[in-house]
Amino acid sequence: MLKADNSLPETEIAARFPDLHPALDARAAVVEANRCLNCFDAPCMSACPTHIDVPRFIKKIASGNVTGSARTILDANVLGASCARVCPVDVLCEGSCVMHGKHEQPIEIGRLQRFAMETFYDAGGKLALRRREERKQRVACIGAGPASLACAAELRQLGFQVKVIDRRALPGGLNTYGVAEYKLRVGDSLREVRMIQDLGVEFEVGEVDPEGLTELERDFDAVFLGVGLGAMRRLAHDGSASESVVDALEFIAGYKTGQRTSIGPHAKARRVVVIGAGNTAIDAACAAKRLGAGEVTILYRRQREHMSAFDFEYEHALREGVVFCWATLPKAFAAKGDAIELQCIATAQDETGQAVPVEGSEFTIECDVVIPAIGQSPLLELLSQVRGVAMEHGRVVIQRTTGQTTNPKYFAGGDCVNGGREVVDAVADGKRAAHGIAAALGGASS
Amino acid sequence: MADLTTNFAGIRCPNPFWLASAPPTNCGEQVMRAFDAGWGGVVWKTIGEPITNVSSRYSSVDWNAQRMMGLNNIELISDRPIELNLREIAEVKRRYPGHAVIASLMVESKRETWHEMVKQAEGAGADGLELNFGCPHGMSERGMGSAVGQVPEYAQLITEWVKEVARTPVLVKLTPNITDIRMVARAAKRARADGLSAINTINSITGIDLDTFEPRPNVDGKSSHGGYCGPAVKPIALNMVQQVNSDYVDGPPIPMSGIGGIATWRDAAEFFLMGCGTVQVCTAVMHYGYRIVEDMIDGLSNWMDGKGFATVEDFRGKSLTRVTEWKHLNLNYKIVAQIDESLCIGCQLCHIACWDGAHQCIHLDRVTGPLGTGPVDGHVGAHAKPQEPGRKRIAATPIPKLDPPIGSVGPFATSLERIPRVDETECVGCNLCSLVCPVDGCITMVERPTGLAPQTWAERTAEAECVPPQAK
Repeated sequence: MLKADNSLPETEIAARFPDLHPALDARAAVVEANRCLNCFDAPCMSACPTHIDVPRFIKKIASGNVTGSARTILDANVLGASCARVCPVDVLCEGSCVMHGKHEQPIEIGRLQRFAMETFYDAGGKLALRRREERKQRVACIGAGPASLACAAELRQLGFQVKVIDRRALPGGLNTYGVAEYKLRVGDSLREVRMIQDLGVEFEVGEVDPEGLTELERDFDAVFLGVGLGAMRRLAHDGSASESVVDALEFIAGYKTGQRTSIGPHAKARRVVVIGAGNTAIDAACAAKRLGAGEVTILYRRQREHMSAFDFEYEHALREGVVFCWATLPKAFAAKGDAIELQCIATAQDETGQAVPVEGSEFTIECDVVIPAIGQSPLLELLSQVRGVAMEHGRVVIQRTTGQTTNPKYFAGGDCVNGGREVVDAVADGKRAAHGIAAALGGASS
Repeated sequence: MADLTTNFAGIRCPNPFWLASAPPTNCGEQVMRAFDAGWGGVVWKTIGEPITNVSSRYSSVDWNAQRMMGLNNIELISDRPIELNLREIAEVKRRYPGHAVIASLMVESKRETWHEMVKQAEGAGADGLELNFGCPHGMSERGMGSAVGQVPEYAQLITEWVKEVARTPVLVKLTPNITDIRMVARAAKRARADGLSAINTINSITGIDLDTFEPRPNVDGKSSHGGYCGPAVKPIALNMVQQVNSDYVDGPPIPMSGIGGIATWRDAAEFFLMGCGTVQVCTAVMHYGYRIVEDMIDGLSNWMDGKGFATVEDFRGKSLTRVTEWKHLNLNYKIVAQIDESLCIGCQLCHIACWDGAHQCIHLDRVTGPLGTGPVDGHVGAHAKPQEPGRKRIAATPIPKLDPPIGSVGPFATSLERIPRVDETECVGCNLCSLVCPVDGCITMVERPTGLAPQTWAERTAEAECVPPQAK
């Protein structure tokens, strides 16, 4: 079912998205690995949501044991290859590196991890199935994104029979459809999924409706919800459904699957406006640049210090030539020939810190494509059908250590639980839930 | 400004930095370039009946991605005709009369052959002679090199033959591949040698190819032990030089040219402090070229200026009196480790080094609660301490503006829970923590006066012997 190559973007498009951070070659990796101090109770390991034993895998690179290094990573994080590319290491492992205290560059943990994982996979390395008893109990994982993949892989390692169900044609979730190409390619994501498939995890394409859910409850001993978030929130404006207005995740998925090879509906399109200043907005803005946009502007209703994008993402966007327009609230769209006229209003901060429109400050911006990137709304629709699974602020409520929801048969993890964090958080959630499920089903959990 | 001009056993040269007898001194063209770069003298690649070398001659030991921490070679003496070497020595001396050219010699163990060789070398204008009694590979199988240097009687006999005809200073090069290097040094003194050079290379096999199982260097599938040199051997060389330079048997110490892993002016200064009059360099030049002598001269001069030393003689041998036998060390001197919290980066290497490799006195118990069980003194109870608590935490990616930043807790840049604590009652002052600490000045060993008068093992055991039996 995984036909990655047919779905890869055109070579020409791929060429516009070279790696943001080039790979380390073998010699450079050894030099960098030797720089690691090999801390005891290393803070990088604590900072990693999946607690990869960072000094251990790094010192294995230094000793020339790359196989052992990759297995060390995979032991803790089955999506070690994609995490190596997409993790915001500045705020995780590398951010906690003790080298900062010596005023030295932190160890390049992300690139070392990528070196170990890619060397391992390129040499034909596979996930090793642990020695354990095969078990009859079955677990269904809904959604084929990082949380479900991690949960499924760990459950297989514990001997359970696992099926992963997703409505999209390709598994991998946002790893396949939503991560900027210069960070992670579709092929990389699918290779990782194939590894998990080789462990004996079954994958199925299909929508889970209320009847399906009843069937699942009947056929499976536990259900893991790794459904992520729903579609991006729509702008509540007239004309926002026009073909020149494309949701950010749809825009990214489009170019990653090769369906979108230029920015806009017509050849002359060259001006793009992205609304919102989160990490996905930045990914979309940078993608628009690389797809040929002349001007890319990010509109944000508040100030720079309020935006939710990481600083390094913001700086990356500046280097790509993206322009930021702060304290700007779009109000309405109107078609103007082939172009769109965006009516905006300036905002100011009120005494409670909220951004409020300033009367009389209306102005217009002309552009060809509008990309709203203003957060995702939770998949309330499906989850409300799950009996007894409590929600709070649109997120599934779980026990943090086991992933168990208020319905003991259901476990959950990833974006639907944390509201949208990183791949590595989803992997950690999925793995914890796997052990929670194993414990609930009477299996030993390490 | 420091004056580096040197008179070593009567051999005069602009500075005490010599190139050792080795590939960098193989021919006149090289030697002249070395002199242009600033070297004060050279010991010519050993002259003798030409030999045939093998292809693939060197192998090295890398350490932590650094190349050539140690170098090993199976190259023999000069493979060029004696006459050619002598002609080039004469040419070099004609062009560089103020620089030292020492001829390293090795011929079969016959009195007449040695006499002839000595006369020829001196006839070519060599300023001195170095007798190669050290080469540990190949030549030793033919009864030369270290085969001579390992038998004091042979070394003495040949040195005596050389001294019968030599008009220039004669240096004997010592092999470290011997139980007590002083024995051959004494033999040289008995034979009235004018000086010594030490150490030659150490027998070694540097490593094995894990795919072919062939040791390195590989000569058509086979290898042979070679001579080890480079930074790795410096401590061994420094010890042997100290042993010889402190030895008064068969006469006071004679001039010593120090050899063994010298790569910088700091290394050289250490050999001078151990009593050497000149130093010889090979591996560092084979790695980086003749140009390294510039900083050796510059760095040594600046250090000497800072210390107020006008010449090398002003500090030569100053550390020899600081080396003694263990039994003369003060048993009542106590130091303990002290961690500077403001410098600590929280790597905890001192903890694990002390815990697993030393005396279990550095603890991770600065805070109570989930991490530690509170301060522990002594070994008892320390085993209850949780290991690597980081694995147990639930961590998540911080979202800017929503989550508190990764940051410090407490008065120091590193959070207190990560800073180890020294239990001074258990610390034996071994230094290990300060050696592994990656931050300069973070762990210092500070003296804790014991209030006891200095006492050595020798004194203590002598005292015990003096005590009359009935008083015990």
